[in-house]
Amino acid sequence: MVKVNNDMKNWRGQFLLAAILSCLVWVSGCGQGGQSGAAADTIKVGEYASLHGSEAAFGQSSHKGTLLAVEQINANGGVLGKKIDLITEDNQSKPGESATIVKKLITRDHVIAVLGEVASGRSLEAAPICQEDKIPMISPSSTNPKVTQTGDYIFRVCFTDPFQGKLLAQFARKTLKANKIAILSDVAAPYSVGLTKYFREPFVADGGQIVAEQKYSSHDKDFKAQLTAIKAANPDAIFVPGYYTEAGLIVLQARQLGITIPLFGGDGWEAPELIQTAGKALEGTYYSTHYSPENTSPIVQEFVKKFQARFDGETPDAMAALGYDSAMVLADAIERAGTTDSAKLRDAIAATKDLQCVTGKLTLDADRNPTKSAVIVTVKDGKFKYVETISP
Amino acid sequence: MTEFLQQLVNGLSLGAIYALIALGYTMVYGVLRFINFAHMEVFMVGAFVGYYLGRMPEWGIVRHHWIPAWLVIPSESIWGGTIIILIAMIACGVLGVLIEKLAYRPLRNRSTLTVLITAIGVSLLLQNLGQIVFGPDPKAYPQVFPESNISLPDNLTISSSQIVVLCVTILLLWGLHYIVSKTRIGIAMRALSFNPTAASLVGINNDFVISFTFALGSALAAAGGILYALNYPSIDPLMGTLPGLKAFVAAVLGGIGDLPGAALGSLILGLVETFVRGSHWSTYTDAIVFSILILILLFRPAGLLGKLETEKV
Repeated sequence: MVKVNNDMKNWRGQFLLAAILSCLVWVSGCGQGGQSGAAADTIKVGEYASLHGSEAAFGQSSHKGTLLAVEQINANGGVLGKKIDLITEDNQSKPGESATIVKKLITRDHVIAVLGEVASGRSLEAAPICQEDKIPMISPSSTNPKVTQTGDYIFRVCFTDPFQGKLLAQFARKTLKANKIAILSDVAAPYSVGLTKYFREPFVADGGQIVAEQKYSSHDKDFKAQLTAIKAANPDAIFVPGYYTEAGLIVLQARQLGITIPLFGGDGWEAPELIQTAGKALEGTYYSTHYSPENTSPIVQEFVKKFQARFDGETPDAMAALGYDSAMVLADAIERAGTTDSAKLRDAIAATKDLQCVTGKLTLDADRNPTKSAVIVTVKDGKFKYVETISP
Repeated sequence: MTEFLQQLVNGLSLGAIYALIALGYTMVYGVLRFINFAHMEVFMVGAFVGYYLGRMPEWGIVRHHWIPAWLVIPSESIWGGTIIILIAMIACGVLGVLIEKLAYRPLRNRSTLTVLITAIGVSLLLQNLGQIVFGPDPKAYPQVFPESNISLPDNLTISSSQIVVLCVTILLLWGLHYIVSKTRIGIAMRALSFNPTAASLVGINNDFVISFTFALGSALAAAGGILYALNYPSIDPLMGTLPGLKAFVAAVLGGIGDLPGAALGSLILGLVETFVRGSHWSTYTDAIVFSILILILLFRPAGLLGKLETEKV
């Protein structure tokens, strides 16, 4: 009896295996079939984004911006007479995923260029793959300088952390009138580590003092210990160069501990989830970012109007604007290159000059980074509020 | 001195939450001699039940007045918060019993390793189900209890959520102590943990007692989940992993299978973690916490309060 049972199980297992294998063959066959049919009349562009997970707000905004740009380009006849086919992959905000999905975009979908990511850590994972396969990659909003240092095929359309750090140091000294600063940074995010470094140098050079430096890791929830130590050091303001998920909790817990001094951070704070998490506690906090929807220039207002029409009245944030710009820079370069050949396309992107974008006039320098101005935003009555624009 | 006292309060409230989770591990270990790794996911489900109940005023059926107003749980009130914790505890108690019935009971007489691996499987299953059902993005937790800060002399601040954590934990620990030491079912639980065969010989229904143990442990985890989310109001389906692991360490530290030991271990862990975090070595917090575990186990292999049992042949 037992013997028969075992045989049955074996047989069933083999059948299952065969079924799975045949499914796989069928699925991969389908993929190839679809590809050869579509390749002729469209230009394939890959996008990888954190559509889910801890930085989902970034990925969603950025993706919506890119999608709007592509739809608009296609509605105006596409580029080189062909429509752009945007293929989006989700890395779920997880480390280790980006390299795999970008490899998939390049080898399976044969994309001619890759757009992504917001978080510097994940852009750094995908950049070597694009560089190796000589596929141009444009990061919409990774600010860590190392991203474009990966190689000559990697570009970005946002300012870099050395600039953002200098600007925040200037803001802390001039606007907040702070001499003593405490820093609470995320050791697990290259973005946070980089921004801390680029803030500290100009701030200390300008006569400022770092009175406490505490650290945490992404996905931590309890910051009360670090904040209590910071409170004891008696700073004038606290610099939190992290992402919004943790920044919201940090602001909330700081206020719970009776810390009333200003907290400020970088563009990693920019997400509506920040307000959902921290609510009233956010009064008296500031962050620097790439653009403000309150800007009255016609190109910004037109973008805001189109975005709201497309996405149920949602106001685009900086990540959406940069996602939009990244696709526009690529489309402009393809048009100028006159081909999708990767070397020529790379040269065309590198030659981008004075392109009018939503986040300002864009010229890429020899290091494939743009020089742009930044804005400071605060939170008032549960809404983001524009404070000032700082130019380099 | 102020900093020291403030860290003491922070550490105690963190340790109190660990204690609620650690008790579930230690109770199940006491009666079944295996680690229920799915426990950390019960903790997560508890937090999510609280999340949806806390958002009740925003439900469709509430906004359209399809249910009477007195049935709606008010937000930001002590009453509402207590009801939410109780409902989540009942829901997770049922979940714990179901997990035991479906996953562990069929394997009752197999080797502990089989059950242990099943437990890891159940844990991953719940994590991934959570990602599908609740969505993988972090969610901002609603204010279940009224929120305010209490300023004490000497620049010391205690938030109301820390007070809630301490009060609820003390109340639940007292309740658990009463059940285990004074009631018939508690005596049955202890009998089972001494010797299951002898317990069934004197007429104890082992299946029922084991189900009850799971229900009790899971209910405590649910309360822990809500209290954790109140203090750190951003939840996601993977939130259980780290606190779950720490609570497990706390249970081992105090002597697994021993109830006061689990509570003591949790308090020690919460305090050590908080003090290290507030120092210059904050990056090494987890390394230091786990080194302490190794050190204690080197000198006291059965944990702080655990008694070393010699295998009888």
